[in-house]
Amino acid sequence: MIIARGLTKVYGDFTAVDGIDFEVRKGEAFGLLGPNGAGKSTTMKMIASVSKRTGGELTILGLDPNKRGPEIRAHLGVVPQQDNLDRELKVHENLFSYGRFFGLSRKFLKNKVEELLEFAQLTEKRNSKAEELSGGMKRRLTIARGLVNEPEILMLDEPTTGLDPQARHILWDRLFRLKEQGVTLVITTHYMDEAEQLCDRLIVMDKGKIMAEGSPADLIKRYASKEVLEVRFGSSKNQEVAEQISHLGHRTEVLPDRILIYSENGEEDLQAILKMGLEPVTSLVRRSSLEDVFLRLTGRTLVE
Amino acid sequence: MSMINLAVDSAVAIAERRRNRPGRSIYSGRARVALERNFMAFRSSNWIIVLSGFVEPLFYLLAFGFGIGKLIGGVTDGDGHPVQYAAYIAPALLATSAMNGAIYDSTWNVFFKMHFAKLYETMLATSLGPLDVAIGEIGWALLRGLIYAIGFMAVMAPLGLIPSWWALMAIPGAVLIAFGFASFGMAITSYLKTFHQMNWINFFMLPMFLFSGTFYPLSIYPQWIQSIIQAMPLWHAIQLERAFMLGNVSWGLLVHVLYFAVMIIAGLIFTTRRLTALFIK
Repeated sequence: MIIARGLTKVYGDFTAVDGIDFEVRKGEAFGLLGPNGAGKSTTMKMIASVSKRTGGELTILGLDPNKRGPEIRAHLGVVPQQDNLDRELKVHENLFSYGRFFGLSRKFLKNKVEELLEFAQLTEKRNSKAEELSGGMKRRLTIARGLVNEPEILMLDEPTTGLDPQARHILWDRLFRLKEQGVTLVITTHYMDEAEQLCDRLIVMDKGKIMAEGSPADLIKRYASKEVLEVRFGSSKNQEVAEQISHLGHRTEVLPDRILIYSENGEEDLQAILKMGLEPVTSLVRRSSLEDVFLRLTGRTLVE
Repeated sequence: MSMINLAVDSAVAIAERRRNRPGRSIYSGRARVALERNFMAFRSSNWIIVLSGFVEPLFYLLAFGFGIGKLIGGVTDGDGHPVQYAAYIAPALLATSAMNGAIYDSTWNVFFKMHFAKLYETMLATSLGPLDVAIGEIGWALLRGLIYAIGFMAVMAPLGLIPSWWALMAIPGAVLIAFGFASFGMAITSYLKTFHQMNWINFFMLPMFLFSGTFYPLSIYPQWIQSIIQAMPLWHAIQLERAFMLGNVSWGLLVHVLYFAVMIIAGLIFTTRRLTALFIK
């Protein structure tokens, strides 16, 4: 569906996307992960054919977006990071007018709008103004709007940012349904649980480059251990203790408030620590997650 | 038969249809859908605000035309015929109505849609092109200008301010004027980034309204001021409408028509370029 080779975007002397390669296959949910400023949104814009690449190759459904922008955009559904619903229009009018932008007939849209209202669970809100909706409803409406042209690829830029847990789960459920119907999803997110839930395959980006690629389970296996043991000895003692226990696990990491031990069996390592006569204030053994992979690859420095 | 007709064109098929046309990346032939969207929004908007733009020049006509006009008596028009003062300023106010209507939508409303509602960004993420958006938005602004102009004419007729059949030409004249101002207004607005810059438009509009030969002939000024005013669009608009309303029609009017044709085309080109630069970079 989407093939990128050496894809590059340069703004002035800033390289936002620096020669990345990836492929998105039909029907899969493909994730782009990375901290702020990694180049995810720029990559999304190039796929959405609203930003021209400055280097490399990009084909979407076999077409070159620099030359065939309008045709490609007719194939795509776009759900931007910020809800940009038409505040002056009612809920159902938002769907209708968006469909008209694609040139779809009124007759077709009459039924399509009802179907999408149902899908977005907004049938009862059809006559509300878009600005009166809650955050979760707005996001569902934006997704429904992106589906009005029956796209083969749906692009979602941080779909659940700023939503409460209930709203997130409803949204995930809707996205699963789309996937079942064979819609290809391209998702950016910095929520690791979301990437684990939704994505079949993903790339981790940092500073415009791809740091890793694979399925969530794959990446966890490759870049993290099976389990993580977290122990706290109090901030003054962590560094000192860490040196004594550095032989445990594959790797240890000292943070200001705790020590992380990446290992195959966290419980065993915890016993080993206790046998050494060390007494952690708190301890926790957990499955390692994509978050560990992410932080390992992109570092812990805060990106503003 | 009817079953086959039920199959609808997909968005892709619609976009593919134009794949070999020149300019397909900037124009999809669907400017009307932007008009439709505006009409939908308009149905639930505040009519009072819309009405206020129409009433303003009407107040000027009553205050100056029939108030001050009583003191002045009559003036002579461009061709030396004596006319009632109200009949002299009415065409100028008609041109101003067309301008105001076009400017309201093409400046502040466009600014809002562009920077806050993100409407153009949304539209250009579909298979629409920037020229569709430009024509649609300018067309909508033009419509408001035209409606103001027709409304103004409807008030003028019973007041006895329409002496000639040529006056009917003032309606297409108003379309031209509104189109020019809408096109130019949107082009300028698309380059502006702050409210502060937007206020400069108003700063420019008021003196243009007062001094473009609206209330008295240009011959009052020294030559160099006349030259400046003759470069302004409203002066051309007023000359055109005054000639139609008073029946002083000549080939010389084509200069004014040409002036607006240039304004329309330049506005469309710059708006399209700017939208492309902003949203399909």
